[in-house]
Amino acid sequence: MILDELEKRLRPPARAVPSYPPKVIVLASGKPLVVRQAENDDIPILLEAIEPLVRVRKDFYDIVAARMYAELLSQYLHRTLDPYCLIGTIDGVIASIVNGRMIDEKRGMSYHTLTIHRGLRCGAHMFAAKMEHHMDVLKQEEVFIVAESYLGFKRWMIEYQLEPRPDFQHELGGVGSYALTRKLYDTYKTRLLAGTRPVPPEVLRTADTLILPDEYPQIPGFKR
Amino acid sequence: MREVGIVGIGHTKFGRLDYDLVDIMAWSSLEALKDAGIEGGIDQVFVANMGAGAVNNQTGIASALVSRIFLEPAMAETVENGPASGASAVKCGYLAIAAGMADTVLVTGGERMRETTGWKATDFVATLTHPDAEYAYGLTLPAYGGMFTRAYMERHGLTEKHLAMIAVKAHRNAEKNPFAHIEETASIDGIWDGPHREVVNPVMADPLRLYDLCPVSDGAASVVLTAMETAGRFKKKPIRIAGIGQATDTHCVFNREDLLDLKAVRLAAERAYAMAGIGPKEISLAELHDAFLILEVAESEEVGFFPKGEAKKAIERGETEIAGRIPINTSGGLKAKGHPVGATGVSQIHEIVKQLRGEAEEGRRVKNPRYGLAVNFGGFGNNVVATILAKE
Repeated sequence: MILDELEKRLRPPARAVPSYPPKVIVLASGKPLVVRQAENDDIPILLEAIEPLVRVRKDFYDIVAARMYAELLSQYLHRTLDPYCLIGTIDGVIASIVNGRMIDEKRGMSYHTLTIHRGLRCGAHMFAAKMEHHMDVLKQEEVFIVAESYLGFKRWMIEYQLEPRPDFQHELGGVGSYALTRKLYDTYKTRLLAGTRPVPPEVLRTADTLILPDEYPQIPGFKR
Repeated sequence: MREVGIVGIGHTKFGRLDYDLVDIMAWSSLEALKDAGIEGGIDQVFVANMGAGAVNNQTGIASALVSRIFLEPAMAETVENGPASGASAVKCGYLAIAAGMADTVLVTGGERMRETTGWKATDFVATLTHPDAEYAYGLTLPAYGGMFTRAYMERHGLTEKHLAMIAVKAHRNAEKNPFAHIEETASIDGIWDGPHREVVNPVMADPLRLYDLCPVSDGAASVVLTAMETAGRFKKKPIRIAGIGQATDTHCVFNREDLLDLKAVRLAAERAYAMAGIGPKEISLAELHDAFLILEVAESEEVGFFPKGEAKKAIERGETEIAGRIPINTSGGLKAKGHPVGATGVSQIHEIVKQLRGEAEEGRRVKNPRYGLAVNFGGFGNNVVATILAKE
């Protein structure tokens, strides 16, 4: 009984937040990338997919993977307020994961973008999907973003021309934050956001049961 | 003049490499020495590079390379000829041996471009344009590629789909090349017919799309040259340098009579054919400088593989595929193998050697090749080097 009481105190209130409607993007390879929101039951396998990258020094995969691991674990154990996680799968295999949370009704916070399957711009598509979630699904006005990797900075801060918000302290620490505003989102949406809805049922079914990647381009010779 | 052959080749992976430029070049150099079966005995080193000073804040890289791999007291120079630096450095190596100044020469081309952003890398390459008449107006190489493509399409009826077909071929070849920057398949369904083409394959320099342009890459490639008369002391049979041709054209593209006439490519190829004593029909495979896919099309016509305006039919018939009549860019080309500018010309020659030796990977190996042609294109066609290699 005492545990239930403590749990109540430690767990943030669950609020009804709209879910991200699944979509499909036909990649340059011709393969579909199915993007859907992760349920809590999906998180253990996502953690398993992320874990090998925690030891990859290249491209700051270690810090991004370690932090995302902790964020998703926190989401799984109900220790984050209004978190979300979107997953991109190719033939059911986890290709890319993005996450973040709502700060309040109008403002969101982007956490991380982690791409396992590289070379098809899956990370770019997933980051755009994350911004779509904040702007079009959660109807927010701005999203706070920081980058840990050079690639992330080049891709998000430069490509989206994000607004510097040096006075806002992002939860990930480090330098001052940047923000995607609705105006910027509307400017870049046509060029950077892709996807078709509804997803044909047979395609969506491929993303029902998540499959761990057999190989990681970041880890030559990886064997599970 | 003495005849010259290639007895050793080395290559790094192209892509984004987390090593300094000299380390990257040292890697391919040591691979080439190993392939030749030697540890030293190099008389001269030529290093091909375009941007070490501008991008990496390092100069004197030929001396640095010699010292890094303990080749002192070899003679050493850096050769800078824009994106054609690689083939120019091989030409210098050829001349040194042919003239009797050296017996064994190491040529290494290397570049580390991903230290900076894609935009800044594009700007750095654009410094090869005319400073007042071109650069000052914001002209970049992709911009020239776009204008050239549009003009070619209007004159010869080439379509964006033809370019997509070349991209698919390039990716297919690169997928089987362990050194290639791009390791992913591209399909017509994704980059041409796909419902999300505008995002997946966006326009970069109209009408060129993302998949019509080469990536910005780091990497290095090396070859060991020696006099044919003494080549027997090396581990592998030499591949003879049968012909080298070079030509220049106006610095300002505006000053040319016809935008679509790549005169320097044509002249360089003609000079190489004349030196080798063969014609385009004898060529078994070619590596053509396709920083933009339109260049593969235009160069394939200028070097005499197809009449002007007819390359598109060859693309439709699959004649430039691995099993086609004249396989082009079996490595994946600059488009998919990558384009570390100073390394590219040496990398093209590396690929031809690999094919002529029969060492190319299964699935991209050309059947019984005899002669290979490499065209290394500097500026927007203002300095071009063509090299013909022969299997003895």
